[in-house]
Amino acid sequence: MPETTKAAPARSRRTTRAANALGQGSSKGARKGSAKPADQRASAVARQASDNEARVEFYRQMLLIRRFEERTARAYTEAKIGGYCHLNLGEEATVVGLMSALRPTDYLFTNYREHGYAIAKGIEPRRVMAELYGRSTGVSKGWGGSMHMFDTEARLLGGYGIVGGQLPLATGAALAVTYTGSDDVVMVQMGEGTAAIGAFHESLNIAALWDLPVVFVIINNGLGMGTTVENSAAEPELYKRGAAYRMESARVDGTDVLAVHRAAREAVEYARENSRPFLLEATSPRLRGHSVVDPAKYRTKEEKEALKAADPLAKAQLELQDAGLLTAEDVERLEAEVAEIVAEAAAFADDSPHPDVSTLFDYTYATPVPNDVPRLPADPLFRV
Amino acid sequence: MAITTYRQALRDTLRAEMLRDENVLLMGEEIGVFEGSYKITEGLLKEFGPRRVKDTPIAEEGFVGAAIGAAMLGLRPVVELMTINFSLLALDQIVNHAAKIYGMFGGQKSVPMVIRTPGGGGQQLGATHSQNVELYYAFVPGLKVVAPSNPLDAVALMKASIRDDDPVLFLENLALYNTKGEVPEDLSTVQPAEIGRAAVTREGTDITIIGYSRMAHVARDVAERLAAEGFSAEVVDLRSLRPLDRETIVTSVRKTGCAVVAEDDWLTYGIGAEIAATVQEGAFDWLDAPVRRVAMAEVPLPYAKSLEMAALPSGDDLLTVCRETLRATGRSTVETAR
Repeated sequence: MPETTKAAPARSRRTTRAANALGQGSSKGARKGSAKPADQRASAVARQASDNEARVEFYRQMLLIRRFEERTARAYTEAKIGGYCHLNLGEEATVVGLMSALRPTDYLFTNYREHGYAIAKGIEPRRVMAELYGRSTGVSKGWGGSMHMFDTEARLLGGYGIVGGQLPLATGAALAVTYTGSDDVVMVQMGEGTAAIGAFHESLNIAALWDLPVVFVIINNGLGMGTTVENSAAEPELYKRGAAYRMESARVDGTDVLAVHRAAREAVEYARENSRPFLLEATSPRLRGHSVVDPAKYRTKEEKEALKAADPLAKAQLELQDAGLLTAEDVERLEAEVAEIVAEAAAFADDSPHPDVSTLFDYTYATPVPNDVPRLPADPLFRV
Repeated sequence: MAITTYRQALRDTLRAEMLRDENVLLMGEEIGVFEGSYKITEGLLKEFGPRRVKDTPIAEEGFVGAAIGAAMLGLRPVVELMTINFSLLALDQIVNHAAKIYGMFGGQKSVPMVIRTPGGGGQQLGATHSQNVELYYAFVPGLKVVAPSNPLDAVALMKASIRDDDPVLFLENLALYNTKGEVPEDLSTVQPAEIGRAAVTREGTDITIIGYSRMAHVARDVAERLAAEGFSAEVVDLRSLRPLDRETIVTSVRKTGCAVVAEDDWLTYGIGAEIAATVQEGAFDWLDAPVRRVAMAEVPLPYAKSLEMAALPSGDDLLTVCRETLRATGRSTVETAR
């Protein structure tokens, strides 16, 4: 079976070609952005066009997300993190493969399972952890939490907790991109359950009608919470829905970081060059339950065993070791490096201040209004 | 000054704002080639082209959300929803997204957009096309809801809404589109309104009538009729439902000692309930009579003219309740016929 499966014809319009990782493009079109460490590392890898270095860097990022999410799960059980908490465990190859295909100036919208995306898009892990801890140093200043990471500079324009809510937004962001004549691309990530909601259809239709450079990415882990994709989608091969909008689409094995990177790069550059949308489906298991508190009792023992075998991190490590690109010492070194980042992130979050109650009314309106009473629950309407 | 219609005032303001700011664009169903269901966008596609005037598919959630996303990147979309009834299809995008993005992400991105939409019954459109559900939006922090009652306010509030950095629901009314009023020929001389300020459109001393949109218009007529009966009514036109100008309401009621709220929505939990609560908290010691509300009968609005007219609040209804309130204060001794 080929690593990607494709559907639908292409239309070509734009001609700009951008650099890509793994040596298949020129670096001249690459734009300089105000990148942060993870970004700088990823794009530096791209510029050097070194497959091998890129593959090791992908592994390092996957490892970072794995250890970060394990730390997140622990912090949640320690009650340092509140609310809902959805992890990227098992999706590391998909996350890193997708993010490595974006330029720093490309925009990203995600659903609520986005900690790894935030890190791979270039946000410091400590600011992500601080958001999880609800501290003022968090990416969303403690207003968003696990499901609502946002960073203007990294162009992560939000994790969104309402299933499908991010799709129309991303479509509109792509409209603004074309309106202003920029050649940035918008990527929007969603779970496979989202393919059942009206906003999915409306957004894909509008994006195709208006020739918008947006890459819709479905992360198909086969399960809503416990409802299988076969029980929620009449056409469970979701990428095929692109055809209904005359939209180019493909499906990729989301446990293979290189395959995801290549498929995503193709989708992103297609969108950029043609100012057209693309529908990409990545099949990728989640290693644990829907959220931290879900013991995943709906899974059989056999399914759980199979999940271990499909672990993308183990797979990547094995492949790199087989190819002679990674030694046991390298793994040890990377583990130590990543452990330090994660420990520092947790310490930073722990040491950061809680948002001050005096800031409660700071973000209701961007344009201040008269008569917007900063009233706490027991306050009177009028102070005579 | 020239006499112009509410409809023309809206159209001219949209045009002026589009000329002023390249980032202002219009989106909505049938607003371009068809020039708008109520012709507010007449001629604008011809003048500005399809980049600035975008006909959308019938997908309220999709295109309202797209406008929000475009606003996040700095455009200033003005979305037309054919009627406020159809806004319910975009409720998730308006309430869960437009209203939340600025706060939920710690003030990093604002959403400078306007949703224009008419409410109102009285056109024999039946239950699903005659509602006044502005309350749903006025309930939500993060949104602003304005409701002009006359052409000049339509200009000043539309300017303010487009230039505001927050999502604004701009409530129009089917029954107001053909109403007329004075508007300067040069629209650039009209200052943008301050969103969140009510206007006292008629000063008086005996009773306060509080309304917005169509009912603020009706309230002025009723005030005239009360004047003929020897009573001096003060009319407060809310203009903004969120934020609500509680000060102006309470100041007026402290002066007159009684109040009647005129609203086109349903009574229970309606806008008037909030006004009445505001008055009792802010002017309790000044009240000489209970606050009364004139609102739509609590039914899905029927098609048949006889039933529809009975259900909708009218000037006569408002006059009756004002007379009863004046009598309750002891200022009037006239027995009202019921």
